[in-house]
Amino acid sequence: MATKTAPPPPRQMYQTRSAVRSSRIAFGALLLRDLVVLRKHLREFIPRTIVQPLLLCFVFLYVFPTIGTGVGGRGGAAGESAFATTLVAGVVGLTIMFQGIQAVALPMVQEFGYTKEIEDRVLAPLPVSLVALEKVAFGAIQGMLAACIVFPIAAVVHARSIHINLSVHWAVLVTLVPLACVACSALGLTFGTIFDPRNVPLMFGIIILPLTFLGGTYYAWTTLSPVTLWGVHWLQILVLVNPLVYINEGSRAALTTSGHMTLWAVYPALVAFTAFFLWLGTANFRRRVIS
Amino acid sequence: MVSSNGDTPAAADVIHTSDLTKVYPGGVAAVDGMNLTVYQGEIFGLLGPNGAGKTTTASMLTTRVIPTSGRALVGGIDVVKQPAVAKQLIGVVPQTNTLDRSLTVWENLYFHGRFFGMGARRSRAAADELLVKFRLQERADAPVTALSGGLAQRLMVARALLHEPAILFLDEPTAGLDPQSRIGLWEIVGSLHESGQTVVLTTHNMEEADQLCDRIGIMDHGQILALGTSDELKRLVAADTIVTVTADGDLERLAQVLRDDVTDVDATTILDGMVQVAVRGTDRVLVRVIGAAEDAGFAVRDVQVAPPSLETVFIDLTGKELRD
Repeated sequence: MATKTAPPPPRQMYQTRSAVRSSRIAFGALLLRDLVVLRKHLREFIPRTIVQPLLLCFVFLYVFPTIGTGVGGRGGAAGESAFATTLVAGVVGLTIMFQGIQAVALPMVQEFGYTKEIEDRVLAPLPVSLVALEKVAFGAIQGMLAACIVFPIAAVVHARSIHINLSVHWAVLVTLVPLACVACSALGLTFGTIFDPRNVPLMFGIIILPLTFLGGTYYAWTTLSPVTLWGVHWLQILVLVNPLVYINEGSRAALTTSGHMTLWAVYPALVAFTAFFLWLGTANFRRRVIS
Repeated sequence: MVSSNGDTPAAADVIHTSDLTKVYPGGVAAVDGMNLTVYQGEIFGLLGPNGAGKTTTASMLTTRVIPTSGRALVGGIDVVKQPAVAKQLIGVVPQTNTLDRSLTVWENLYFHGRFFGMGARRSRAAADELLVKFRLQERADAPVTALSGGLAQRLMVARALLHEPAILFLDEPTAGLDPQSRIGLWEIVGSLHESGQTVVLTTHNMEEADQLCDRIGIMDHGQILALGTSDELKRLVAADTIVTVTADGDLERLAQVLRDDVTDVDATTILDGMVQVAVRGTDRVLVRVIGAAEDAGFAVRDVQVAPPSLETVFIDLTGKELRD
């Protein structure tokens, strides 16, 4: 062909909704589908959510103090109570974190790995990134539900000698918990799009265990300063890369009267982690489903 | 080329592509400058061996693969620029089972409708209706994991049709199905055709293409080599009779002998243990071919005579068999 004709203008032949309207409707429907599935699986969701925090509180706050080996016991009942207060807030943070993994990462690994359901989901009439963000929203909802279920357990299961110094700071609670839930859900999206089914044990072994043990669940970040090497507070500095630290410190600020990292650091760090994991997770998701 | 496609979409085009190209990392062009038009109400088949570029073509048209260059319109909508709008017009039945395992058979249909913007009542009614139409109503509350391959496939077709798409994509729809399910699916496609549904199906099964499709595009190496109705494609082969000779010995020499000694031989192709001879005319073809082979000292073990098929067309175009 000597001269190239201009491409024809797109013509609308069929009735369609605008991309914005179609995306909004599809996003809502995807969320509805996930909530229906959650309702079907409540009998799995509740035990999965409460067993770990229940055991943590039972062993650390009931069994140990009762048999005389309570953590913080050198400080007497007051020391044990201080530890209990630290742990209760940490348990809420840890629960939110695990929801991100269990509600988003593990199902996504399965869907990419062998069920292939995700391939149908991305044909729904909304941008692929929104399919990923819907998973994050649903994971965050589960995180909030889990936090609501776990907090009363953590506050109640302990030995009689222990007094937990709870004091709810509502402004912090209602902003920090949703933010923490979105952050962990976005982390779940990132893990869910990176790991395949064969690598799940690796994910738990080398990433999730260090994240949880070094996430300030059992101790406050502010109390780590005695851990030094050549005068450097290396552990206190190192764990700053762990998002769980900010969640647990924020949880302490929201629920207890004990010392915690300044909220001026907690909020910006959590916002930054959330933005980073949302970006990375969504980009990975797109790469996995679109070529 | 039997039929060519201009750059301007006609009134009833459902799909229109111009110079559509996909080069995957590594530099191989899976689809190479494809110009394709699919008209409303037709069953269009992309026929070719595995790796020909059929699925990549379908994936570009369904927004799953981003073209490297060129343009694709579905229902007049650019699939790259407006994927969320284009997807409203598309129904897809993929090769793998992508049913929602957390939902029942009925719920798979119902939620699909909701994803595509149907209200609760309308989606419920459509799900009920399609369950009856696809004879799945007795399994409405069953988990989809309990369905056989054929039933799962039927449910995926029902799901893809629920939002009344302008175009239905069937990607190798009968691969892996037992013969009975395959016939069942062919019947479904036939009834869709009667109802005016536009369908694009990819297949490497020439019988399927021959039986179901109004027009067929034969693909290899990312390009459409020929396009037309089954009869038009078969007429591309100048020969009237295809004789397939199975014999021992040097098949290259046998092919040479047949070309030289049998009159009106159009072409010979060496296949696995066989020589295929395309002959113009039908007069005493069998006797002439066997005679020439045996005169040259070949022991002929089997001979088959057939009119040209899509398989012949494919061999004629590419020099290789379609079946893998």
